[in-house]
Amino acid sequence: MLHIYCPHCAEYREEEEFHCAGQAHIARPLDPEACSDQEWGEYLFFRKNPRGLHHELWVHAAGCRKFFNMTRDTQTYEIKEVYKIGEQPSVVAE
Amino acid sequence: MTQQNRLTSGGRIDRSKPLTFTYNGKQYQGFQGDTLASAMLANGINVVARSFKYSRPRGIVACGAEEPNAVLQLGATEATQVPNVRATQQELFDGLVSASTNGWPSVDTDVMGLMGKVGGNMMPPGFYYKTFMFPQSMWHTYESVIRKAAGLGRAPREGDPDRYDSINQHCDVMIVGAGPAGLAAALTAARGGARVIIADEQNEFGGSLLNGKETLDGKPAAEWVRAVVEELGTYEDVLMLPRSTVNGYHDHNFLTIHERCTDHLADIAPVNQVRQRMHRVRAKWVVLATGAHERPLVYANNDVPGCMVSGAVSAYINRYGVVPGNELVVMTTNDYGYQAALDWADAGRKVVAIVDTREAAVGDRTEAARKRGLNIISGSAVIEVQGSKRVTGVSVAAISASGSKVIGSVTKLKADTVASSGGWSPVIHLSCHTGSRPVWNEEIVGFLPGETVQKQLTAGGINGQYETAAALREGFDAGQKALVEVGLAAAEVVLPQAQMLKVAAPMSLFHVPHLKPTSQAPKQFVDYQTDVTAAGIEIACREGFEAIEHVKRYTAMGFGTDQGKLGNINGMAVAAKALNQSIPETGTTVFRPNYTPIAFGAIAGSHSGALFEPKRFTAMHKWHVEHGAEFEDVGQWKRPWYFPKAGETMQQTLNRECLAVRNSIGILDASTLGKIDIQGKDAREFLGRVYTNAWAKLAVGKCRYGLMCGEDGMVFDDGVTACLGENHFVMTTTTGGAAHVYEWLEIYHQTEWPELEVYFNTVTDHWSTATITGPNSRKLLAELTDYDVSNENFKYMDWKQITVAGVPARVFRISFTGELSFEINVQANYGMHVWEKLHEAGEKYGLTPYGTETMHILRAEKGFIIAGQDTDGSVHPYDLGMGWCVSNQKPFSYIGKRGMNRSDCTRENRKQMVGLKTKDPKQVIPEGSQAVLDPKAPVPMPLEGHVTSSYWSENLGHSIAMGFIKGGLDKMGETVYYPQADGTVIEAEICSPIFFDPKGERQNV
Amino acid sequence: MSDLNVMTPEESAATKAAVMNQVPGPEIQGQSPLHHADLESLAQKGPKTGGVHLRELKLLGHLTLRCNAENAEQLAAVERVLGVALPLQPLTSAENGAYSIRWMSPDEWLILVPGMETFDIETKFRDEMPGHYSLVNSSGGSTVLELSGANVLEVLKKSTPVDLHPKAFPVGKVVSTLFAKSGAVIRRSGEQRYELVIRRSFADYIWLWLQDASREYGLVIEA
Ligand SMILES: [Zn+2]
Repeated sequence: MLHIYCPHCAEYREEEEFHCAGQAHIARPLDPEACSDQEWGEYLFFRKNPRGLHHELWVHAAGCRKFFNMTRDTQTYEIKEVYKIGEQPSVVAE
Repeated sequence: MTQQNRLTSGGRIDRSKPLTFTYNGKQYQGFQGDTLASAMLANGINVVARSFKYSRPRGIVACGAEEPNAVLQLGATEATQVPNVRATQQELFDGLVSASTNGWPSVDTDVMGLMGKVGGNMMPPGFYYKTFMFPQSMWHTYESVIRKAAGLGRAPREGDPDRYDSINQHCDVMIVGAGPAGLAAALTAARGGARVIIADEQNEFGGSLLNGKETLDGKPAAEWVRAVVEELGTYEDVLMLPRSTVNGYHDHNFLTIHERCTDHLADIAPVNQVRQRMHRVRAKWVVLATGAHERPLVYANNDVPGCMVSGAVSAYINRYGVVPGNELVVMTTNDYGYQAALDWADAGRKVVAIVDTREAAVGDRTEAARKRGLNIISGSAVIEVQGSKRVTGVSVAAISASGSKVIGSVTKLKADTVASSGGWSPVIHLSCHTGSRPVWNEEIVGFLPGETVQKQLTAGGINGQYETAAALREGFDAGQKALVEVGLAAAEVVLPQAQMLKVAAPMSLFHVPHLKPTSQAPKQFVDYQTDVTAAGIEIACREGFEAIEHVKRYTAMGFGTDQGKLGNINGMAVAAKALNQSIPETGTTVFRPNYTPIAFGAIAGSHSGALFEPKRFTAMHKWHVEHGAEFEDVGQWKRPWYFPKAGETMQQTLNRECLAVRNSIGILDASTLGKIDIQGKDAREFLGRVYTNAWAKLAVGKCRYGLMCGEDGMVFDDGVTACLGENHFVMTTTTGGAAHVYEWLEIYHQTEWPELEVYFNTVTDHWSTATITGPNSRKLLAELTDYDVSNENFKYMDWKQITVAGVPARVFRISFTGELSFEINVQANYGMHVWEKLHEAGEKYGLTPYGTETMHILRAEKGFIIAGQDTDGSVHPYDLGMGWCVSNQKPFSYIGKRGMNRSDCTRENRKQMVGLKTKDPKQVIPEGSQAVLDPKAPVPMPLEGHVTSSYWSENLGHSIAMGFIKGGLDKMGETVYYPQADGTVIEAEICSPIFFDPKGERQNV
Repeated sequence: MSDLNVMTPEESAATKAAVMNQVPGPEIQGQSPLHHADLESLAQKGPKTGGVHLRELKLLGHLTLRCNAENAEQLAAVERVLGVALPLQPLTSAENGAYSIRWMSPDEWLILVPGMETFDIETKFRDEMPGHYSLVNSSGGSTVLELSGANVLEVLKKSTPVDLHPKAFPVGKVVSTLFAKSGAVIRRSGEQRYELVIRRSFADYIWLWLQDASREYGLVIEA
C-alpha cells in the first residue's frame, strides 16, 4: 500500500484516501471537432503502460479532494515526486 | 496422568499451575507456560497427524511457526472451531480442546494406511497438474477420497462468538522479532527517543535466548531480556507486541501484524475483549530481526515420529523442561547440532551418537561434546530410520566427502529420537514480500535478503549471523542507523558480554545419500506437509520441469499452510542436484504474505455483521421502518422499496401504490438523490459544457432536465438542475451516481478549465426531499403553505422558496411520474417534521407512501429512463430517442459532442430505445430478455436487442417494457420475440415507450 | 405564516446567489442526525465512567466557504465577519468564541457557528465578501461528535489511518480522512479531546462503529 504525500495537505497519507485517475498530462483537445475519429479515439482510449517511470493523475479523494500528479515507478512502486496540476515533472524517463 | 517426558526442574514453565487439555478426546495435563506442542511431547504423544498423500504417521518436528505436522483443529464448541493451528505456537490454557485434522477414522488407525499407501499410488508427483488436464469429472472422484481421508481442518458451522478488530499504527522504527538482535535494536532506538514498535510471534520476548543456556554478562540471558523488556516498558513511545506475528510486509514500509490477544486465555475471549487484532503499521524504517529456521536433513524415513530438528530438541528441553525421548541420535552438518546432544545429556538421558557428516570439525561445541565423552561418529550420516509410529533405530554409514554417496558399511543403532541439523535458513520471508529477490550465500549455505527499495535494515540470524554476540551487535547498529535516518541523535547502549564460541565450517549437505538410488530408497521427505519426497522432485526434473517455480507447482512443494518453511531449500537443492547445476542457478524461492495462516475473522476485523458496510439513512428512515417499509439497497443507501400492508403480496402493494399516485396522491422520500451546489459567474458556462443541452437561457426560478455524457458520447447520468440565482445552481444526480458526478465536475474544473470561476459543493445530505405527486398534490401543498401554489403562480418546471409546514423550503415543481408533482426540499434536520405534517394533512386524500419500485413503474409508464438501468455506457442520447435533450447550437464543444459524432455513433441500425407491448397483456417480459426476429431460427439466433425495464402496470391493465432494438425507432408496430430459458417465447410489439398520457398533460395541470 | 425570512428568487438574483434562513421558528424542534439514538436518555441511564466519552454537538450551523486564499480583500472580509482570520496553513484551524474554522483544502474552509446565527452570518458574508467565492449552508448534512477520555486515541486509531501521535497531531490540527468505511473531519480540540464532523447519512453507521470500537474501554454518553 502506497504512502502518498499530498502536495496540498503537505503531509503523507495512506493510499486508501486517494484514487488514481489514470495517466497524467492527457489534455483535452482544444478543438474536438477538428479531431479525426482516430485522433479522438487515441485521446479517449490509448494510454501508456510503461515498466518504470509513469506520470499519473491522483486525487486526494477522502482528504482535500484536490487532484495532483505523481511520478511513480511501476516496477518498484517508488514515488519519485508529486507535483500540482499545471506543473511539469522534474523526474522523467530517459 | 503422567508427563513422562517432563523434567523435574528447569524451563520457563510454572509447575505450580497445572493445566488440563484434551487431544483427540483424551485428557492430558501440562503447565502454565507450555505450548500445546510442548505439553503433547511431555505426555509422550508421538503421532499428531497423518500425512496428506501417503497417510504416514507424523510427529512434532519443530518448535515454532515452521512446524509442518502439528497443525491441529482447536475449539471446545462448534462455534469456536479453528482450523490450521500450529500446536507449536498455541499456548496451553486450561480446558483447551484440540484434535488432529489429518487421518480418518483416527491418526492412530488409519484407513488409508491400512489400504496400503493408496493415496501415494493415486497421487504421484504432478497429480494436480495432470488431473486438471483430464476431464473435470475425474477430479470429483479423487476429491471425495482425498478430502475425507486427508482432511485439512474445517471451518465452524456456527457463527464465531468472538470479536476481532484492527488498529492503525505509525512509528519511526518497526522491529520484527524480539530475539537478541531485535531487542538490541529496540533498546537503541528507544533510548534515542524514536517511536518504536517491536513485535514477536512468541508469548514472551527473547527469541533464541530463551531456548538455550547461554549467559550474557555472566548471567542467564533471560535476565538481560527481562531488564530490556522492563526498560522498553518505561518509554511512552514504545509499543511492545508479544503474541504478534508480522504477517505481511508491503510497499512503503506498510506492515500487517496479527496479534492474538486472548487465544492463550480461553476458548472464547473474555467479555468485551477482542480476540485477535490486526495492526496496520506504517513505519519510517523497518528492522527485520526475524532470525533463522533450522533445516532438517533429507534422509530415508525421515518423517517417522521422533525425527526432529536439533534446535527444537534443545528448545523443548531448556524452555519447556521436556525431553522428547529417551535415546537420541544427532545428525549434523554443522556445530550447532551438537548443542542438542549436550542439552540431552544434561537432562540425564542417553545420547546414542552424534553423527557428523563432516570428516574433522573442531569448534567449541564439538570439543565440549568430546570432553563430555559423547559418541561422535564423523564423516557419516544417518541414511535411514527404522520405525513406524516412533523411531526405533537408525542406520548409520560413512559417506563421501561431498556427501554424494555412501562409502562405508551400515551400522544399526537403537534410538527413539533423531535430531538433524542441515544448517540454518535465514527467515527472509518478509523481505521477499515487497518483491526483493533473495541471494544465495555459499558461506552460510542459505539465502540472504536481496536488494530492496524499502527503508529496511536487517540484523542477526536473517543475515546468517547465528552467534549471539554478532546478533546483538547488528541489532545495535540497525537501531543506531534507524535513529540517524529518522533525524534523531545516536543513543548510548552498552551491549552485554556474550560468549564467543569458535565455530567450524558447516558442510553443504541437504539430501543424505542412501545405498539405493533415490527412486528406490525408502521415502526421503523434503516437504512434510505436502508429502513431497526427493524422488518426487527428481521425477519432476526428469519430466522436464527445470525452473524451480514449475517444480514447485508440479510437486506441490511449499504449497501447504507452512509455505515450505522447512522444506523449500532442501527441495531446491535436490532439484539442483538432479539438474546438475548450483542452487542459485536453479533459482530462488519467493515468499508471499501471509507468513502464517490468519483467521478470516482477523482479516475482517470489526467490518462484519451490522458494520460490514455502512448503511446510509435519510432523515425519515425511522418513519419508513415504523411503517413497515421493505428496503432496497441503492449504493449504500437504504431506500424504501415498497410499503406493504398486512396480507399484501408485493405486486398487490405496487398496484395499490401506483393507483394511488395516478388517482389521488402518493409521497416518496427522494432525499437520496445526489445534490451539488454550484456557485460562480461561470457556473452556467460550466453546466453547458458537462450537459448535452443548453443552459445559457435558464432563468432564475426555473428548472431543467439534463443528460450527462462521457467524452465517448455515452450517457452516464441525468437529473434536474435548478437556477437558484444568476450565479447559483443546484444540480441533482442519480442516487448511485452522486459521488462520481461530483468528482467528474471537479476533475474537469481542476485539470481542464481552472479559469472558469465556479465552485462545487456536495449538499446531498443537507436537504431532505419529500416528493408529493398525483392530482391532489397541489391541494395538499396549499394546506401547508401561505404561498399561492396555483398553476398560474407556480408553473411546471418552476421552483419556489416558500414555507411548508412552518419550515423554509425550496419546492421544485418537477415530475418523474408524469403527474402534478412537488419536490419539497428542507434542511434535513426538519425533514421528519415536514414529512409527518404532510402525512397528517394528507390522510384525507389517502396520501400513500411509495418506494423505489412504484417509482420505477410510474416513470416507465411515462417512458422516462433511469441512468444505469436503461443505459449501460453504450448508448448515446439519440439511441435513447432523447435528441431533444442535445443542443448543437452551443459554441463550446461540450463533453460528449465529439464522441456522439464518431462514425460508429452515427451509423445505421444502432440499438435504440423503444417501448414493448406484449401480445398477451398479462405477460411481463423478464428484464434482460434478448430479442430475436425469428424465434424458430437456428441457434445461435441473431440478437436484436434486450429488455432493460419491464413491469406490470395496474394503471394500464397490461404489462409495459422498455428495451433496445436494432434500428428500433424505425420499427414501430413490428413484432419481436423473446425466447425464455424454459423454452417459451414471449411475443411483443414495438411501440413508443410513452405508454401513459402521451401528450404529457397531467403534469401541467 | 409569513415568508419574511426567505428571499424571493428575484431578490436572490440581485446577490447572484440564493440565500435563505433555513431554520424555522423555535416551536419546531430540529432532529439531528443522531436524534433516533436518543443520546439524552443514554446519558442519563448509561454508565458514568469509562475510557471514552461521546457527546453530540448538534444542530450547529455548518457553512462551507470556498474562496481564494491569495485574495487579501476576501481574507479581510472573512475576518470582519467572524472576527478571526482564515487559517491558511494546511490542516489547521482557528477559533473565535463560538465560531471555529477548519481548513479543508487550499480553497475551502468549514465554518461552524451556533445554529441560530447561521443565516445572519451568511447574510453578512453576502454583504462583505468581494469577488468569486461560494458559501454553502450544509448544517443539515452533518453533525459533530466530540470524543474524549483516556482511551480516545485507541478508538480513533481503530477508525482512521491518520497518524494521531501528539507530535504529529497537535491540538488544533484538522484532517479530512477516512473513518471506518465512511469519512470524517477530525479536529483535535484538547489534550484528550477530538471533534468529528460526520455526514448525516453515515451518522448511524459511525455511531454503531464507535460503540463497537470503544466496548473494551467503556463508553460514556454525555448530553
Ligand atoms: Zn490533500
